[in-house]
Amino acid sequence: MAVALTRAPSASAGDDTPRTIVSRGSRGDVIFRSILRAAGLSSFAITGLILIFLIYRGWWALRTDGFSFFTKQNWVFVGNEFGIGGILPDTVIIAAIAALVGIPIAVGTAIFISEYAPGRLKRILIAVIDLMAAIPSIIYGVWGRFFLMPRLVGTMSWLSNHLNWFPPFKTTVAYSASTFVGSPAIAGLVVSLMVIPIVTSLSREVFSQAPQGEREGAYALGSTRWGMIRTVVLPFGRGGVIGAAMLGIGRALGETIAVLLIISQAYNLNWHVLQSGGSSVASLIAGSWASADTNQLSALMAAGLTLFALTLVVNSLASIVINRSRSGTATND
Amino acid sequence: MITADRDSGLQPLPDLSGSQDKPLRIRRLTPEDWLSIGGAAVGSLGITWVLYEQVLPFSGGFGFWVCWYLVFLLLYLAVAGLQWSKLVVRDKFMAVLVSSGGIFASAVVIEQIGYSVLKGLPAIRHLNFWTQTMAFAAPLSPLSTGGVLHAAVGSLEQIAIATVLAVPLGMMAALFLTEVGGPMERPVRTIINAMTALPSIVAGLLVYALAVLTLGLPESGFAAALAISVVMLPTVTRASEVVLQVVPGTLREASFALGGSHWRTVWKVILPTARSGLTTAVVLAMARGIGETAPVLLTAGYTNEMNFNAFHGWQATLPTFIINSILVYGQSPKYVARGLGAGLALMLVVLALFSIARVVGGKAPGELTRRQRRRLQRESART
Repeated sequence: MAVALTRAPSASAGDDTPRTIVSRGSRGDVIFRSILRAAGLSSFAITGLILIFLIYRGWWALRTDGFSFFTKQNWVFVGNEFGIGGILPDTVIIAAIAALVGIPIAVGTAIFISEYAPGRLKRILIAVIDLMAAIPSIIYGVWGRFFLMPRLVGTMSWLSNHLNWFPPFKTTVAYSASTFVGSPAIAGLVVSLMVIPIVTSLSREVFSQAPQGEREGAYALGSTRWGMIRTVVLPFGRGGVIGAAMLGIGRALGETIAVLLIISQAYNLNWHVLQSGGSSVASLIAGSWASADTNQLSALMAAGLTLFALTLVVNSLASIVINRSRSGTATND
Repeated sequence: MITADRDSGLQPLPDLSGSQDKPLRIRRLTPEDWLSIGGAAVGSLGITWVLYEQVLPFSGGFGFWVCWYLVFLLLYLAVAGLQWSKLVVRDKFMAVLVSSGGIFASAVVIEQIGYSVLKGLPAIRHLNFWTQTMAFAAPLSPLSTGGVLHAAVGSLEQIAIATVLAVPLGMMAALFLTEVGGPMERPVRTIINAMTALPSIVAGLLVYALAVLTLGLPESGFAAALAISVVMLPTVTRASEVVLQVVPGTLREASFALGGSHWRTVWKVILPTARSGLTTAVVLAMARGIGETAPVLLTAGYTNEMNFNAFHGWQATLPTFIINSILVYGQSPKYVARGLGAGLALMLVVLALFSIARVVGGKAPGELTRRQRRRLQRESART
C-alpha cells in the first residue's frame, strides 16, 4: 500500500499539529473498495426499490380509494372496495399479543442463559434458541393449527366467561363450537414463539457484555445474584433489550404463514381477541393472492406498502436504539 | 467452630482443618433447594388437579399447565419464605422464574420436532413419498401413491440459486462494514439490522412488482429464488460480520507489513481465517431460506407436476406443498397427512443444515482441524 506523508511542518512554526497521513491504495485496492462499498449500499438500493415499486404498483388503489383505503373496514372483491381500516389494527393487535407473551419469556430466558446457566448448559441453550429461530414459521403454523388450537379453546372460553369485565375478552357473537377457533389471541400466541428466539439472542448478547468489574463490585458490596442482575446487568442492557423487543415486534407484524394457517379471515376490525375472526396485512396478501385480478393486485401492493412502511419504521428505530445504547457496538467504555 | 447461619440459606462452610484444600462451590443447589422446588412442583400439581379437574369448571390441557405453573410459583414462594430471609427468597425465586424460561424454550423446540416426527411418519414411511410427484394422485388417493419429489426438487433448485445470489453480495456487504467503513458504515448497519426483520412477504411483493410485472420475468422458480435471496441477504451479512470482526487485527497488520495490498489481504488472510464461521453463516441463511413460504407462494405459484426448469413455469417447494395440502385440499385427511409428511421432510432438512452449521462453526477463527494442522506441518517441513 503506497503511503504518502504530507511534509512535516517546519519546527519553527511552534504549533504541534499532527501530520495527516494520506494513504493512496493501488488501482486494485480502489476497485476492490468501491465494489465492497457498492455491496454495502445495495441494502439501501433494495429498500429503495421496495418502496418505489410498491408505490408504483399500489398507486392505482391508493388513488381510487384515497385516504379511505386506510379507514374503510372491508375488502370486497367485486366493485373494488378496498380498505385496510380493520386489517391494519388487527395486525397490530396480533403483534401486541405476541409481544406481551413473548418478550417477558425471552428476556427471562436471556438472563438465565447469560447469568445462571453453567458452561455446558449455556452452550446447549444457545443452540436451542438458534434452532428455535431456524425452525420455519410454517412448522409453527401447522403445529398451532392442529395441536395448540384444539387445546386452547377451553381456556379461551373460560377467559371469556369469567373475565369479560375486561372489554377485549368479551365475545359479541352467539356461543357456538367455532366461537373461539381462529382468534387473534391464538394467532398471537403462536407468533410469540417466533418472537422469543430473536429477542432472546439479542438480549443475551447485550447482557453478556455487562462489565465484569461492576458485577464483582456489586458482589463485593454483599449483593445476591439477583441483586447484582437487577442493579448491574439489567440497567446496562436496557437499551439493547428495548431494541431487541422492537425488532421482535417488527417480526411479529410481518409474520405471514402462521397467521394465515390459524386465523379465520375477516376484514372488519375484531378487537375482541378471544373471538373467531380477524386478519393481518401479510396473511391477507398471501391468502387472496392467487385469486386476485389486476385491481386487487394493486390494492394488495398498497397494503404491502403500508406493512413495509410500518415495519421499516419500527425496525429502524429498534436498530438505532441498539446502536445508541451503552451496550451498542459503537461505544466502548 | 463455624456454624451455619440458619437465615442465610447458604451452605455451611466446610471444616477447614482437613489436609486438602478443596475449592468451595458456592452456586451448587443444596438438598434443601431441590426439596423446595420438587415439593412445590408436586404439591401444586395436586392442588391444580383437584381444583381444575374436580372443583372448578375449567377445561383444556393448555390452561391446566398455565394454572399449574402459577400455583407452583406461589407455593415455592411460600416454602422458601418459611426457610430463608427475604433477600434470599427473592434471589432464589427469581432464579426459578428465570430458569423456567430456558426450560420453556427447550420444551417448545422438542415439542416442534416431536410433533413433526409423530404426524409426519404415516406419510413419510411410504417409499413413494420420496420418489413420486402428485401428478397422478387424486386428493383422495391413499398414501401409497403420490409424493413430494417435485416439491423437493423445487426447494433444492431455488435454495441453490438463492444462495449463489445472496452469499457473495451479503459477504461483500459484511466486508464493507468491517474492512472499509467510513461515514456510510452506520447507516448501512442500521438498514441491514432493520432488513433482518423485514416481512418476507414484502420480498415476494418486490420481486413480483419489479421482475414479473415490470421486467416481464415469468412466475417461476427463479423469481422465487430472487425473493428468497432478498430474505437471506441480511442474515448472511449479519452473521458474517460477527465472524469477520473477531479476526485478529495482528494478522491483517502482518499481511500489510509484508506488502500485501488490501484486497489480497482480504482474499488470502481474512477470509481463510474466518472460513469456518463464514460457512456457518451461509448454512444458517440456507436454513432460513428453505423454510420461506410466503415469497415463494407469490412468485412461483404451485403445481402438482415435476418441473426441473427453474426459469420457466410454476414450481412447487416443500413449504408451498404443505400450505396447499392444508388450505386447498384440507378437506381430505389423506392430503393433510401428506402435508404433515412434507413438514417432517422440511424439518429434517433444516435440522441437517443446522447440525452442519454447528459442526463446522464450533471453531474460533484461525483454529485448524487436525488434518489442516498436519498439512501445514508437512508443508513447513518441506521447506
